[in-house]
Amino acid sequence: MSESAEVIAGVLIFLGTLISLISSVGLVRLPDVYTRSHAASKSSTVGVLFILIGTLLYFLISEGYFSIRLILGIVFVFLTAPVAAHVICRAAYRADVPLTQTSAEDELKEYFTVNEKQSGDSPSP
Amino acid sequence: MKPNDVILNTVTKLAAVIIFTFSIDLFWAGHHFPGGGFIGGLTTAAGIVLLYLSFDIERIEKNLPIDYKKMAAIGVLIAIFTGLAGMIYGDNFLEQTFGYFNIPIFGETELATAVLFDVGVALAVIGTAVTIITSISEDEL
Repeated sequence: MSESAEVIAGVLIFLGTLISLISSVGLVRLPDVYTRSHAASKSSTVGVLFILIGTLLYFLISEGYFSIRLILGIVFVFLTAPVAAHVICRAAYRADVPLTQTSAEDELKEYFTVNEKQSGDSPSP
Repeated sequence: MKPNDVILNTVTKLAAVIIFTFSIDLFWAGHHFPGGGFIGGLTTAAGIVLLYLSFDIERIEKNLPIDYKKMAAIGVLIAIFTGLAGMIYGDNFLEQTFGYFNIPIFGETELATAVLFDVGVALAVIGTAVTIITSISEDEL
């Protein structure tokens, strides 16, 4: 009973740390703030979720303890980490952080210039 | 200035409910598990600051009309009076007691006067933290 719990939790936590490692490698190697945010938000969220689910299953199988705080943590990380990445990217775009040179097109730029012509008094994005 | 980030506003509405529920859970867990008045008050203050970040100040002050300076003062007063209540019954200052009561839904429950002291601590912490953050974020006082 306890061995199966250790195997399941070990596999899930190992997967989680592996995904977190891939996320941090992407954070170092990718060229600009938007692709780095893409690497940091998605895969580290999934890594944390795998670790939390592994911990939840370990205590559920080995001790029969259902931790409602871990469920709450899973829901909360899944809900808020992408929004944090969205807010950081939005602030970076409004502060004129340049895209990397290999990016093909910037659809948001046309939208911002059109809006500025219509309203007139908005500050430059 | 009206904020226009729809994603942040919508998620804040959901996340604030979770944060306030979790802070109440931390507050009640304080007697037997990690938690208590200080950390419960700090998480509540964090939820209020998240609301201030996501919406504009006028809207928060209209929907949550609380004077946080008075709230901190009331918290300190509650903490002092629960300490004085021990002196009324002939014990020392800050003497606490507890007993077991049969409450209809919960069954036999342990109720302690230390919870009242914790209420005072939590109100003082919420009032102080939110007062500090709102007063350093405004331009004019």
